[in-house]
Amino acid sequence: MKTRVLIVDDEEEFVNALSKRLRIRDYDVTTSLSGEEALEKMKHYLFDVVILDVAMPGMSGIETLREIKKIKPLTEVIMLTGHATVESAIEGMKLGAFDYLLKPCETDDLIAKINLAYNRKAEHEERIREAKVRQILASPRTVLEDE
Amino acid sequence: MSILKRIKPAFWDHQDLISGPHKALFNFRRIWYATVLLTSAVVLLPLITMAVIDYKVTQHNIESAILLRTARLVSNTQRTISFFLDERRAALRFIEQDNTCEELKDPERLTSLLEHLKKGVGGFVDLGIIEFSGLHVNYAGPYNLQGVNYSRQQWFKEVMERGVYTSDVFLGFRRTPHLVVAIRHDLPEGPCYVLRASLDMEKFNDLLSNLEMAGRGDAFLINREGLLQTPSLYHGKVFEKVSLPVPEYAPRTRVLEWKNASGLPLIIGYRYIADTPFILMVVKQKEVLMKPWYETRIELIGFLLASITIVLIVILGGGTYLVNRIYLADQRRVMILHEVEYSNKMASIGRLAAGVAHEINNPLAIINEKAGLIKDLLSLKEGFADKEQLLDPINSILASVERCGRITRRLLGFARHMDVSIQTVNLGDIVQGVLDFLDKEAEYRSIAVSVDIPGDLPAIESDRGKLQQIFLNLINNAFAAMEDNGHLAITAKTEGRDFVSITVADDGCGIPENDLKRIFEPFFSTKIGSGGTGLGLSITYGLVQELGGKISVQSEVGKGTSFTITLPLKQEQKER
Repeated sequence: MKTRVLIVDDEEEFVNALSKRLRIRDYDVTTSLSGEEALEKMKHYLFDVVILDVAMPGMSGIETLREIKKIKPLTEVIMLTGHATVESAIEGMKLGAFDYLLKPCETDDLIAKINLAYNRKAEHEERIREAKVRQILASPRTVLEDE
Repeated sequence: MSILKRIKPAFWDHQDLISGPHKALFNFRRIWYATVLLTSAVVLLPLITMAVIDYKVTQHNIESAILLRTARLVSNTQRTISFFLDERRAALRFIEQDNTCEELKDPERLTSLLEHLKKGVGGFVDLGIIEFSGLHVNYAGPYNLQGVNYSRQQWFKEVMERGVYTSDVFLGFRRTPHLVVAIRHDLPEGPCYVLRASLDMEKFNDLLSNLEMAGRGDAFLINREGLLQTPSLYHGKVFEKVSLPVPEYAPRTRVLEWKNASGLPLIIGYRYIADTPFILMVVKQKEVLMKPWYETRIELIGFLLASITIVLIVILGGGTYLVNRIYLADQRRVMILHEVEYSNKMASIGRLAAGVAHEINNPLAIINEKAGLIKDLLSLKEGFADKEQLLDPINSILASVERCGRITRRLLGFARHMDVSIQTVNLGDIVQGVLDFLDKEAEYRSIAVSVDIPGDLPAIESDRGKLQQIFLNLINNAFAAMEDNGHLAITAKTEGRDFVSITVADDGCGIPENDLKRIFEPFFSTKIGSGGTGLGLSITYGLVQELGGKISVQSEVGKGTSFTITLPLKQEQKER
């Protein structure tokens, strides 16, 4: 299964180019040009990794991140910033972002980070599944309760 | 000169090297003048005026007291002498009235009368009766004067004319100084005879010499021609002309001031004694009388001078101190203004750099991705003829984007830490970061920069932005001091357990020893007129101090300068 990536950035050209490059590298890429649009899409589709620009008009990267973590806490977020303020990076990490990258970034770096983030998410989901399995084994009735 | 230089306050030669909005608020020298002169005038004028008035009043009082005392002495003495003579004259009058002409012409009777006079009144030497013709008909006394004819003598003529006569002191026939008192005996039908007595001068002299007088006083009698009648201590012997002028006639006692031949001021009191040719004179030396006053005067003047000196010292010291404090406060104010301006400037530059970097980064990212996309597409297409020719420029586009990215990141990195924040920093990184900025200049000017910071140098707790500023200032200064092809060496080492030291050494022009003491002072600059504010090193100094460190300098003219900064490994808690 392809890794599902959502790119959120207000620079359309950047989003287009990056999405094409990632598709070439065999990722399932969705794009959105604002935080609001991204949240809307996240409600309907599942994504593994979100690449999120910090500085955007309208809903800022940090606010978007906060919302993403509310609706899909397991989705990993990589912050992308042209403004290398340590403060916003730290804040992002505190809010649960996986990592951050400075623009312009090396494509290889970005891909490596996407893969790491995906792996973590996968591991995380795996552990949750295992826990559920253990729970079901211990008390099979919970399957009924859960659904 | 060197003492003057040492005590000269700092504000004295103050000049505003940088005129502009931060000019000093005051003209310190004028404030100093105004303070010192005004205070001195207000304090010293009344003091001196009071002293002068007091001096004059006291001197006048003392002089008046001396004159008054002299006048009193003269009056009293005159009364004594007049009384003495009156007494003698009265005794003679009594004899003349009590005895008939015949009785007086009897030698035995006359001798016994003389005896009685000597015992009863005293002072008489002899007694004689002179007839109308001038013939001395009867005489009692130690000299043999009987038969002498006085008709031609002046005194005889006078007594015949006036009835009473008191003579000058004279030697006469007997060759001893004496004075004669004579009265005329009148009968109803005309003058009959003259009773004449000579008086002892010793008794007379005693009257004067027994006077007790201060100020080397001298009391004596002169006659109207100025001949001394009694001996004087300082003004001649008997019968000599007195060394002073004969004072003009006055009916009462008078005191006047005079200077003798050698210029010595004298106080002369005199009195014409009525019915006699005598003038009583009392002469005192003013200097001697005034001596206690002179001593007091020295004390007074000494006290005045001491007061003035102390007042002046206090005013000078206090004024200088105060003006110096104002000066220092003003200097600090100007310095802080400059510092604020400087840090504002730095902050603005930082914001500008951050903004520029941010704005450039986004388009750079687009270029990067587009170029990357082209590259990706190319690599997917197999057997594309001009593939190599296209890949080459794309790679160089990507390399350039990376280079631009490094530059903007460096700008951001420099601008990022404008606020005070203590964090763990690596000195080597900071120095390298600063040097990255100056790389190009060093390259153009062929300045060899060697950095020797050991890899195991502990990271320190400090403020990155401030350290950057410190190193930027120091390295900039070093560059400015060096010719092309210079050498800059940056070395670091640990100092004990709690400190690290970094030395920035150049081989530039060096700093003269005189300037070395002042280089950290604000506004001290050798670059006046060429854009230097004279603040770089003083701000550096302030920054190092803020970080709890120390900065020192060593320099030799022509050989180079090295600045050493010692920084603590850990920041102490700020007491704010």
